[in-house]
Amino acid sequence: MKGFVLAIVFVAVLFLGNAFLTGGLVPGFSVSPYFLQVVSLAGINIILAVSLNLINGFTGQFSIGHAGFMAIGAYVSAYVTAAFGDRIRGAVGMLPPAFQNSVLLLIALGIAAACAAVAGFLVGVPSLRLRGDYLAIVTLGFGEIIRVFILNIDAVGGARGFSGIPRLANFAWIYLFAGATILVVSRIVRSSFGRTLVAIREDEIAAEAMGVNTTRAKVISFVVSSAMAGVAGGLFAHYLMYVHTNSFTFIKSFEIIIMIVIGGLGSITGSVLGAVLYIVLTEGLRQFAQYRMVLFSLLLIVIMIVRPQGILGHRELRSFFARRRRVEPVPPPVAG
Amino acid sequence: MRVAVEDDQSKPEEAATAVTKLINQNHVVAMLGEVSSSRSLAAAPICQANNVPMISPSSTNPRVTQVGDYIFRVCFTDPFQAEVGARIAWEILKVKKVAILSDVRNDYSVGLQTFFRQHFKGFGGEIVAEQSYSEGDSDFRAQLTQIKSANPEAIYVPGYYTEVATIARQARELGISVPLIGGDGWDSPRLWEIGGEALNGCYFSNHYSVDDPSPAVQKFVSDYKKRYNQTPDALAALGYDAARILSDAMKRAGTTRGDKVRDALLGTKDFQGVTGTITINKERNAVKPAVVLKIENGKFNYMTTVKPTGT
Repeated sequence: MKGFVLAIVFVAVLFLGNAFLTGGLVPGFSVSPYFLQVVSLAGINIILAVSLNLINGFTGQFSIGHAGFMAIGAYVSAYVTAAFGDRIRGAVGMLPPAFQNSVLLLIALGIAAACAAVAGFLVGVPSLRLRGDYLAIVTLGFGEIIRVFILNIDAVGGARGFSGIPRLANFAWIYLFAGATILVVSRIVRSSFGRTLVAIREDEIAAEAMGVNTTRAKVISFVVSSAMAGVAGGLFAHYLMYVHTNSFTFIKSFEIIIMIVIGGLGSITGSVLGAVLYIVLTEGLRQFAQYRMVLFSLLLIVIMIVRPQGILGHRELRSFFARRRRVEPVPPPVAG
Repeated sequence: MRVAVEDDQSKPEEAATAVTKLINQNHVVAMLGEVSSSRSLAAAPICQANNVPMISPSSTNPRVTQVGDYIFRVCFTDPFQAEVGARIAWEILKVKKVAILSDVRNDYSVGLQTFFRQHFKGFGGEIVAEQSYSEGDSDFRAQLTQIKSANPEAIYVPGYYTEVATIARQARELGISVPLIGGDGWDSPRLWEIGGEALNGCYFSNHYSVDDPSPAVQKFVSDYKKRYNQTPDALAALGYDAARILSDAMKRAGTTRGDKVRDALLGTKDFQGVTGTITINKERNAVKPAVVLKIENGKFNYMTTVKPTGT
């Protein structure tokens, strides 16, 4: 009951906050749309980073295909709103328009998450039986296959990109899903299933010897992570109003890996920090024009030299506040 | 006039962020860009929503200016360029049987292919073979063998210079001696570096030529060389024209207010640009001529200027 009330309060604060920031609440006050856009894109990065951390940080599997699942989510949800938008709005015609759009967005994101989850299942089942670097190679290949596949579908624009997507997502929706992602992942990690995942990360053979169905656990965590990437893709499409396959190259997958590595693998707080830091750095360095990406790379190198385990390492935010009660930290991932 | 520049790393989502920043932080009154059609499509809805006129110097895809009434371009569109290609074949080379080899993964290429077919058939010509390849391919012998067996008198290759140069080499190796015809994707000094001799006698359409004898072009080329010590390419010329058309519109509007500048841009008529006489039509596209270049021993020689028909 307490959680339910908290959730309602959280949603109310988000949507009021959104109205406040865009100038709908206090006349004459609004923040710059540029600032709001950067903050919103940071929210999408948070969903991507936290969900990838479930695979790379907690389960210890190295996936480089997150952008592929994001692409599925982006294109599927965009197709749903473009092709069936009016019919879905019509079906809930008795609601006020703002609520019609919310229903449409939720349906689109739901289908996006389902499709990304199915794709994650199809990729995960054969490749997660393997150990070592094979998953990295399979997911890298898969991400590129998805991209090229979409590039050849004319119904979603092919090489032209998918334009004319309605702007259904906003700051509040993005942070609602970012909050949900953080909640779900932290619940999973603290559950007995989460301990199973950490056991697999630490020593797969030992985990198997203890009776853990390692493939099943890995596939579940992979599918959950893929579905979340699909939601992030759907929000991305409905926020930017245009998607192109160039946004989902393997470089995007690496960007998400960079976020979780600088934040600290195996730390949810770290992933959030990494995701925010990534966008703050790339936008903050804009004033250096053509040296922007050079400085950005240098900063990444410095962070990795100073803090090889990432900024937070394996620690979580709450471990900084817990003085008396010893919070058992999740053990750090073993390199290699 | 002051210019604010932002980099978008050639990513559509970065283009959207950069444009949002320029409009809201730098308070720009108009936008010049983006170069490619996909990034222009990402930036255009934002300019449209903020009533900021946007002029793309070189996005040739028809859909860019269809985003809204604040989006303009100063380059010609793919349908017109394909018509020029068809006229090179029909009027300059005087051939009746043409084969097409296009890049199936590239919308630019597929667009040119579609419109070329339409125009060339309209003239009374015949398309004897249509083959395709994918960006990044390096072996085109299978497609070229098919084309050879159809005995075309010319081959239309609406791709980018990297693949085109290799296609030309392999075509000559297979004994295909007919000329190749292409579009502005060919425009690069690298074309000759890779293709060499194999490209002799081939034609392509482009936005402008440094050898164009018109005084406007010659003055621009010599000024540009003085300032940057480089020969200006088509993108430089188009960017220059975009900026000049914008400043001309602002002068005529007497204000930098978005809607007034937009109306003035719509009134652009017979503007003497480096890339030809430009008129903006009611679809906000540039109606302007294209130049035809013939490749001879590493030089892109100016042949003629093709003016748009109708409109």
